[in-house]
Amino acid sequence: MATRSPAISSVRSVTRQPLISPVWSRRIGLILLQILMTVILISFLVPTLWMISSSLKVSREVFAHPIVWIPESPQWRNYLKIFEVLPFGKFAWNTVVVTGLAVLGTVVSSLTVGYAFSRLRWPGRRFFFALMIATMMLPEVITLIPRFLVFRWLGWIDTFLPLIVPYWAGASALYIFLVHQFFRGLPMELEEAALIDGANRVQILTQILIPLSKPVIATVAVFALIQHYNSFLEPLIYLNGMDKWTLALGIRAINDSNVQNWELVFAAGTLMLAPVLALFIVAQRYFVQGIAMTGFGGR
Amino acid sequence: MAAKSLTKFERPSRGTLREWTAGYLFASPFIIGFLVFTAFPMVYSIWLAFHRWDLITPPRFIGFDNFIRMFKDPLANLSLYNSGYYTLFAVPIQLVISFVLALALTQNIKFRDLYRAGFYLPIIVPLVASAVVWQRVFHPEFGILNEILGWFGIQPLSWLFKPELAKPAFILMSFWMIGRQMVIFIAGLGNIPETLYEAASLDGAGALTRLFKITIPMMTPLIFYNMIIAIVNSFQTFIPALIMTDGGPENATLFAVLNIYRQGFNYFNMGYASALAWELFVIIVGFTIAQFYISQRWVFYED
Repeated sequence: MATRSPAISSVRSVTRQPLISPVWSRRIGLILLQILMTVILISFLVPTLWMISSSLKVSREVFAHPIVWIPESPQWRNYLKIFEVLPFGKFAWNTVVVTGLAVLGTVVSSLTVGYAFSRLRWPGRRFFFALMIATMMLPEVITLIPRFLVFRWLGWIDTFLPLIVPYWAGASALYIFLVHQFFRGLPMELEEAALIDGANRVQILTQILIPLSKPVIATVAVFALIQHYNSFLEPLIYLNGMDKWTLALGIRAINDSNVQNWELVFAAGTLMLAPVLALFIVAQRYFVQGIAMTGFGGR
Repeated sequence: MAAKSLTKFERPSRGTLREWTAGYLFASPFIIGFLVFTAFPMVYSIWLAFHRWDLITPPRFIGFDNFIRMFKDPLANLSLYNSGYYTLFAVPIQLVISFVLALALTQNIKFRDLYRAGFYLPIIVPLVASAVVWQRVFHPEFGILNEILGWFGIQPLSWLFKPELAKPAFILMSFWMIGRQMVIFIAGLGNIPETLYEAASLDGAGALTRLFKITIPMMTPLIFYNMIIAIVNSFQTFIPALIMTDGGPENATLFAVLNIYRQGFNYFNMGYASALAWELFVIIVGFTIAQFYISQRWVFYED
């Protein structure tokens, strides 16, 4: 203890005139934080980067110790092979059809229902609005079994309809809410003037409100696109025949059937990720806006 | 007001009636969709829970048998335990990580947009792709996690093959997907008025005091919101387990919805699966309501 006391007293003596000025200690803190965040960022990216890198490896490199980070000669052939193993072209087309129609339905129904909730007065509006908010909180597990039976009774099993029709029928309460919030912010004078000029409600929505709503439409479309493109459970339950499968089911199948060929599984995963990754890079601000506005988003 | 409306019922004008009609027409996708795809299925599900139905022979009324069976079924109880365990450990740590990352990203560092995008990226990776990758990240021999742990002298662990490590592995994987919570926190941190911090600094409050006396109290509504969403989602997590472990090893990752899914779509016990779904539903909704009550003690709302 005795040896340490001078050190302590010297620390005390410099409090008036610190060895490191506050500006510098703050600067060093920020540099340390910068390094720490970079390390965390890398750890967040590693699984994805590993998938992309391994999709271009030969089998020997996939199972090498220590890990091969960059394949010696990229095996683009892996991407061709997955089309031989499973009809991934068909899966991609099915995914485009299902995603396209579901997103279109989501956008159209969010706009009309959001319009009714935000700018029209009708009896029961508050009740249905509360109901819509409630469905956002509803644990989905409760409708898993009965919804399947409803679609089975309708004869829609092994068709794309269960993956599309509910989204034309306002199944995405979150997006209705988003549109509602946006429409509420637009001045009411817009449509009062148009009504006096003899415009009808459809014209007001399509010719006045929608042109002003491009940011919110983009946000809804981007989120819905990711949601339906990535969807796994609905295709799993409703699509039986392989000719109806989407990419998500294709990846599960190639994962189950190619236990030894990791590079093929990784190639399929990378192939499926590529379009959403491109969209994410291009439309990043809509993601951030959307989450900030609603607190949800994605998946 | 009441007297007026009693004595004089005003017939709505033509314009008002037209607005009503327009309201119902424009809202009809939601109203119809709600009735067909949510309200009816929920009522139907109650009916199912009191019946036995294998989709081949006609449904048969069996009273409370499904519920009695449910409480005695060791797998059903285990699946609830697994989901509860997962939720209990995953949610608090997720909230801490996402909050700390959000705090860091509101400091004056470079490349903040890049970090934010990188932390958010896992959310947009298709869940099925994430699952097949993480299945291999955890591989005892060729997985990247053991390789990296090996740099620090940690012996290889057989993550998804050991019952006591499988749930922690899924919890670890969930920390990778906190981007949405983080972005919500970042938005909230940006809304805290700068004047509060300035006033506190004038009073001589240090960084830690400002964090605990200003930032965290101001953020409690969003912490609460993120917590509720995370609990509801965590209780219902099962797709990664379906793909990566199929509920194993030794049912250690048989989560509640995976059990319901199997009862419904593998064993075609539609009635029993519905009863199980109602059990989980009551647990989740009960938890949520309880959280709302508890929140009155710690969530701080302005005005």
